[in-house]
Amino acid sequence: MESVSIKNLDLKFGSVEVLKNLNLDVHQGEFIVLLGSSGCGKSTLLNCIAGLLDVSDGQIFINGNNVTWQEPSRRGIGMVFQSYALYPQMSVAGNLSFGLRNAGVAKAEIRKKVARAAEILQIEALLNRKPSELSGGQRQRVAIGRALVRDVDVFLFDEPLSNLDAKLRTELRVEIKRLHQQLKNTMIYVTHDQIEAMTLADRIAIMREGKIMQLASPTEIYGKPVNKYVADFIGSPAMNFLAGRIENGAFHFGGGVISLDKYDFAEGMAGDREAWIGIRPEHVIVAEGLSKADLTVKVRADIVEPMGADTLLWCVMDGQSFRIRLDGQFVIKEGDMIDVGFSSNAVSLFDKFSEILL
Amino acid sequence: MQNEFTGPRGPKPRSIFRLSNLIVYGTILLLAIYYLAPLYVMLVTSMKSMAEVRLSNVFALPIKVTFDPWFKAWSSACTGLKCEGLMGGFLNSLFITVPSVIVSIAVASVNGYALANWPYRGANIFFTILIFGAFVPYQLMLYPIVIILRELGVFGDLAGLVIVHSIFGMPILTLIFRNYFSSLPAELFKAARIDGAGFWGIFFKVMIPMSSPILVVAIILQVTGIWNDFLFGIVYTRPEAYPMTVQLNNIVNSTYGEKEYNVNMAATIITGLVPLTIYFISGKLFVRGIAAGAVKG
Repeated sequence: MESVSIKNLDLKFGSVEVLKNLNLDVHQGEFIVLLGSSGCGKSTLLNCIAGLLDVSDGQIFINGNNVTWQEPSRRGIGMVFQSYALYPQMSVAGNLSFGLRNAGVAKAEIRKKVARAAEILQIEALLNRKPSELSGGQRQRVAIGRALVRDVDVFLFDEPLSNLDAKLRTELRVEIKRLHQQLKNTMIYVTHDQIEAMTLADRIAIMREGKIMQLASPTEIYGKPVNKYVADFIGSPAMNFLAGRIENGAFHFGGGVISLDKYDFAEGMAGDREAWIGIRPEHVIVAEGLSKADLTVKVRADIVEPMGADTLLWCVMDGQSFRIRLDGQFVIKEGDMIDVGFSSNAVSLFDKFSEILL
Repeated sequence: MQNEFTGPRGPKPRSIFRLSNLIVYGTILLLAIYYLAPLYVMLVTSMKSMAEVRLSNVFALPIKVTFDPWFKAWSSACTGLKCEGLMGGFLNSLFITVPSVIVSIAVASVNGYALANWPYRGANIFFTILIFGAFVPYQLMLYPIVIILRELGVFGDLAGLVIVHSIFGMPILTLIFRNYFSSLPAELFKAARIDGAGFWGIFFKVMIPMSSPILVVAIILQVTGIWNDFLFGIVYTRPEAYPMTVQLNNIVNSTYGEKEYNVNMAATIITGLVPLTIYFISGKLFVRGIAAGAVKG
């Protein structure tokens, strides 16, 4: 039985279709991240699962129950919001227990559950404070606790870390991952931050214009993006794309010819055609690795951006701006000429027109 | 050449008597005097005896301070045949204002909350009609309301006037409550729904505890508006139920021989005292609430 199952979901706001015939199955205990740029419908989808938005068509199942028409509080979900959404006039304990009090749970039981959640999240000392007396990180812990006390089956996170500063975000990210390992609940997490997506997810659903483009593990999304959009979206700095043509098992473009002997074509996708080649900045070969390259090109270093652990090099390839990620120890300065190489087992090819992976 | 020892250093000197300061504060001062002068005249006149009023300049301070005009205005000034002062009117105004304020705010806050957070079919049309109601001149509806109240059997009673005030407060109050609730974070409402609170649970446990600024605005608007009302008071009530404003008008306009300016002034100040007190107590909250509720449409 799937933990959350979405069947042919449609959602329209007036004449605007926000979600289009969307299907998604989430396994028991799985951590799914919905990733996409703003306006792709990821938060809308989460709100539909929570029951905060009425769907236009389709069905939603949670633990095998059809909850399409069910009230949010009766779906077995807990939700954590970007703005924390703590009730300002209630203490932390009041915030944690609000759902239980509404459900008519006995006082002793409430105390026990609040204490347990506070212990898991290490907020015992804060129970009598008001939200206004808490820091951002503490507030978000309380917000997570509010879902925790209700013993829900599914946790929904709506960009929970976006309001926090970078350092705190990293800390809480690890904490959410630890929480997932400890509780083993199903979690659905919306974000536009690909680092959060890659680090947290069992599977990532990349969304665009109300559809899921690809649903796969982080490694697969990174290594085998189904189309040019996904390839461009995942990875930082972004993948380089060059236009060219596949002819007789080799890719021809302005910068040269790459033999595709080692390229793993998808079923029935080999054959001559116009295509894009996608090369990740970190997959460009320099120095001693060059002997294994399928193509070596000499480029001029236009801009060098040292970032500590690695160095980003900007150059021009086939008339286009091209990014190369080098080891931080690599010695290079602006204006230097450098040999760079590509290996056909570390590139992606996309059809020029349909933009799907070849 | 300027060097670091001779050039300007530290805060730039500014004279308090700059031209711009003189213009700004001068204007403020003039306007303040212009607005406060009548109040000053009323105060000093109300504390003079009639003999003194006749003799002295209106701006002069009383030579011998007396509070007799105040007592007279409160308990024995004459309106037509009766000489009972403003006291009865004060009580009537109290019995009109308190229930009207409570009823109108209770209903309008729920209206605004429903419009802001529970969009239902036809909500926009309902809201448009309600707002349109705010711009219809009262005079148009005076007589139809007389008929409605008569049919309901409350014409002339305080209850009738309470109904009228509650209804006429509805458009503007609903508008400010709706805007205020719309300005609260929507995620808070969503969180409360997930926590299993219903329509009333969210209203009383989440929304109302966050609404003190807008409640203050609503109370001030309603108390001053209803207390100061004259038209509805005179049209929809019988003489024994007249609110204070109508009573005041009758006192000021009834003359037997000499016009008692000192009593009239005292009566007017007494009548204005309630709204004035409310403003003084909650002026700061009022401004804050207006800003909170009115910005977002």
